[in-house]
Amino acid sequence: MRTMAIVKRVFKQMLRDKRTLALMFLAPLLIMTLMYFLFQNNTTQVASLGVHHVDQSVVNVIDTKNVTIHHYDSSQARKMIKQHDLDGYLTQKNGQLTITYSNSDPTSTSLIKASLQSGLVKLKMKTLVTVTKKQRAALESQQAALKKLTAAQTQATVTKLKTAIAQAQARGDQATAEKLQKQLKQATATTSSSTQSAKATSYTTKSHYIYGSSDSTFFENFSPAFLGFFVFFFVFLISGVSLLNERTTGTLSRLLATPIRRSEIIMGYLIGYGGFAIVQTVLTVVFTIVVFKIHLVGSIWLVFLTNLLLALVALTLGIFISTFTNSEFQMIQFIPLIVVPQIFFAGLVPVDGMASWLQAIAHIMPLYYGANALTAVVTKGAGLGDIGVNLLILVGFMVVLTMLNIVGMKRYRKV
Amino acid sequence: MATDYVIAKQVSKHFGHQQVLNQIDLTLPAGMIYGLIGPSGAGKTTLIKSILGMEVVDSGTVKVMDTVMPNRAVMAQVGYMAQSDALYETLTARENLTLFGQLLSVPKIKLAQMIDYAAGLVDLTSQLDKRVSGYSGGMKRRLSLAIALIQDPQLLILDEPTVGIDPELRQQIWTELNKLKDTGKSMLVTTHVMDEAERCDYLMLIRHGIALAEGTPAALKQQYAVDTIEQVFMKAGRMQDANDGNS
Ligand SMILES: Nc1ncnc2c1ncn2[C@@H]1O[C@H](COP(=O)(O)OP(=O)(O)OP(=O)(O)O)[C@@H](O)[C@H]1O
Ligand SMILES: [Mg+2]
Repeated sequence: MRTMAIVKRVFKQMLRDKRTLALMFLAPLLIMTLMYFLFQNNTTQVASLGVHHVDQSVVNVIDTKNVTIHHYDSSQARKMIKQHDLDGYLTQKNGQLTITYSNSDPTSTSLIKASLQSGLVKLKMKTLVTVTKKQRAALESQQAALKKLTAAQTQATVTKLKTAIAQAQARGDQATAEKLQKQLKQATATTSSSTQSAKATSYTTKSHYIYGSSDSTFFENFSPAFLGFFVFFFVFLISGVSLLNERTTGTLSRLLATPIRRSEIIMGYLIGYGGFAIVQTVLTVVFTIVVFKIHLVGSIWLVFLTNLLLALVALTLGIFISTFTNSEFQMIQFIPLIVVPQIFFAGLVPVDGMASWLQAIAHIMPLYYGANALTAVVTKGAGLGDIGVNLLILVGFMVVLTMLNIVGMKRYRKV
Repeated sequence: MATDYVIAKQVSKHFGHQQVLNQIDLTLPAGMIYGLIGPSGAGKTTLIKSILGMEVVDSGTVKVMDTVMPNRAVMAQVGYMAQSDALYETLTARENLTLFGQLLSVPKIKLAQMIDYAAGLVDLTSQLDKRVSGYSGGMKRRLSLAIALIQDPQLLILDEPTVGIDPELRQQIWTELNKLKDTGKSMLVTTHVMDEAERCDYLMLIRHGIALAEGTPAALKQQYAVDTIEQVFMKAGRMQDANDGNS
């Protein structure tokens, strides 16, 4: 009853604060859209490479859609790069390739580097394949000769054995006949197996993608993590600031001068702001899936559930942090301290590869668990069983923070 | 004993090195308007908060309605008006009143009646559905008073209830407080307005956290051999300073 009175109040206040509503519901969509266009076309950058006296075979393999080749008549790399505003310059002297990077834009440098490297590998492979082909031809002719020989030999053995069997049978020696029969079988078996091994020669590679496709983008892989981050960030900020306001305007201590329980206030906040968090989550998730055609492998309900838990953790964390602040500005100061670092542990950088102390930090970050679960559901179709542990840990965060908040309110009233 | 709504015994409280309350005794029986007067920073608000259990005291005990404070349930029987308005500015006056009525478990039908009554008392009936952010300072003060009355409590604790309220409405409110008193309710009121102090049944003068003098207004005037409470206030203060100088 009292909790519901608080919930109603939270709803009314939020619905009247159009700016905050817009921030909560539209800002995530705006940022997602921006990110979509930023990261979707991340391979369109083209680096320009000048070449001088380089073997055509090499030029051919470097010439990809990310690198455009310009031919020049000078070996002075520095001068040519400056003159023609190139990103790199490649020269050749006998077998020695020399590359000079402008390096004014690291992305272009790495594009050229990658093209050159993969090009040279390709070239090597080609040579190797030619060599192998020649070798194989030689091998095949040898094998054919060998096979002929083996066949002839087997034929001889078989004839020999057959005569022996006939002789043994004529003699009435059944045991010897059977033994010979076995040998005969073996002799014929080896012939067939040797033909088989001769057949297994050429292999081709074909790639299959289990999740996503070869054109899976950065955006597609990381949008679940960002989804979790937005919910976390906005709910943290809004709930923290609103409780802070309640404290600074004195309404919190006024509330506590009624028979309301401290837990009823916290629950009212959880339900009230949790409701808005649900709307925000549904809006953002549906928007991302419908507009950007993100491929959602798992269940959308699990995405909602995970985001809701994440929101509740953010809510309790926001309320908790607000007790250490005296103004909105101080609340903002906690964002780079509490919220921003979480994004680094949300899956953008693989946590497994981190130093062990960093991994330890990751494990105290709610977003690490939330974003991991979201990514698993969206890109790999993880089920409740797979992400259950993560969800339980989020619930744990929420419960502990809620307890701390309820105890923390003792500052305003002892009971 | 059961008729004493508030019994505070030897209440002491300090903030840092400052002794804000020094062994205060206060007894508020049923059907009385009890006035707390004293200079700014004397400790009146602190005493009120200590009685409500919102401030931890160093020593001493407080009983409200025969219950040792702090106690959550007793809060339902106390109408409290804080010195600074604590209102939800984005909500209307009616919504503020409704919220506190619900928190105090006022039944729905009675709540509508009480909102009309309380709003009428502070002359806000026509402004009930206006948002508090559009209220003047005096209107906010009146709304705070209306909230204190919303559950029709037996005990009212009002911290400077008439600050920023015009003289006419002030008279009206005091008339109403006296009516409430006649029904057996009690009020603990702080004030800086001496003619309001004269209207109290009993007064306590606090200065530097010490209860300098107490008694009915008439008895105090007699005790200090002066004609007004204002003179009592001044004289008692001078005597305290003189004493401090001597010791
Ligand atoms: N939270 C606090 N921390 C530190 N000191 C405080 C605190 N609250 C009050 N004080 C100090 O306690 C003293 C008494 O304050 P209190 O608010 O009780 O005065 P008051 O009698 O109500 O004054 P006024 O008439 O101005 O409202 C003041 O000197 C004040 O500085
Ligand atoms: Mg005061």
